[in-house]
Amino acid sequence: MNFIYDLHRTMMSQKLILVYQGDFTQETTKSILAMAERNIDSSGEDASIKRKVFNVMVESLQNIVKHSDELVDGEIHSHAAIFLIGRENNRYTIMSGNPIRKSNVKGLDEKLQHINSLDKDGLKDLYKEIIKNTTISEKGGAGLGFVDMARKSGGKLEFEFPEMSADYCFFCLKVNVPRELE
Amino acid sequence: MEILNLEGAEDTPKIILDQKNGIFEISGRSLPEDSAEFYRPVLEWIAKYGASPNPSTEFVFKLEYFNTASSKLILDVLSSLEDIKGMKIMWYFHEDDEDMEEAGQEFSELVEIPFEFKTY
Repeated sequence: MNFIYDLHRTMMSQKLILVYQGDFTQETTKSILAMAERNIDSSGEDASIKRKVFNVMVESLQNIVKHSDELVDGEIHSHAAIFLIGRENNRYTIMSGNPIRKSNVKGLDEKLQHINSLDKDGLKDLYKEIIKNTTISEKGGAGLGFVDMARKSGGKLEFEFPEMSADYCFFCLKVNVPRELE
Repeated sequence: MEILNLEGAEDTPKIILDQKNGIFEISGRSLPEDSAEFYRPVLEWIAKYGASPNPSTEFVFKLEYFNTASSKLILDVLSSLEDIKGMKIMWYFHEDDEDMEEAGQEFSELVEIPFEFKTY
């Protein structure tokens, strides 16, 4: 049962305050938000930082609910994704990982790179451009989630697509929210 | 005209639209799973109200938090208010919530309605 201790030590060394793996729905989203909020409240965090973290969490969780691809591998059908929050001295990190079909990687990669190429005003312009012209998709998204995360973070979105199988990659996203106010 | 009264929940805002008593308010948190479905009755109510509105309307937004899917629907709500005469938006934000203040400013740049900003 060493893996229990190993997992515990990893969580401690990575300063993780919450890890959830499994199916993601609106109900799990609400539960995770409530748990994380209680944790952040009890740490006496500044309200405006808490709001930014909450904001990034919501977009990240709802992205998984709406966009995570179902993994189909022979008999196996899985929606399993992972969500993590870390708290270091100087920042919160909101991290997620979910399966994505390889055919969807290129488009997502380009979108994220474009967002990362923009500065504060560029992100604001992109946000206004999208909100003016978008319609809510069948999946219920407005296409604004990553732009909003980048704005609330004030930093670059970190992402990777490690290969899972012939058909799938695992989309890993890390968003930092500084604990010091500008 | 019928009153639209939606109790708030942990992921949906409290909404009161009451023509007779002049109360028009959306407050709390908005992160529903299906924002288009959630705001549909609001948009339908406003469409009816627009046919015979009060001489002046103060429409209050007092939001603590909203997700991006809701932000699109909030813009739809604002757009539906745009053509109603005597319309004014009261945009409340917590005094240390710069993001909510900025969100209100951005909305005010996207529609042709006077906005008044207030802290709570």
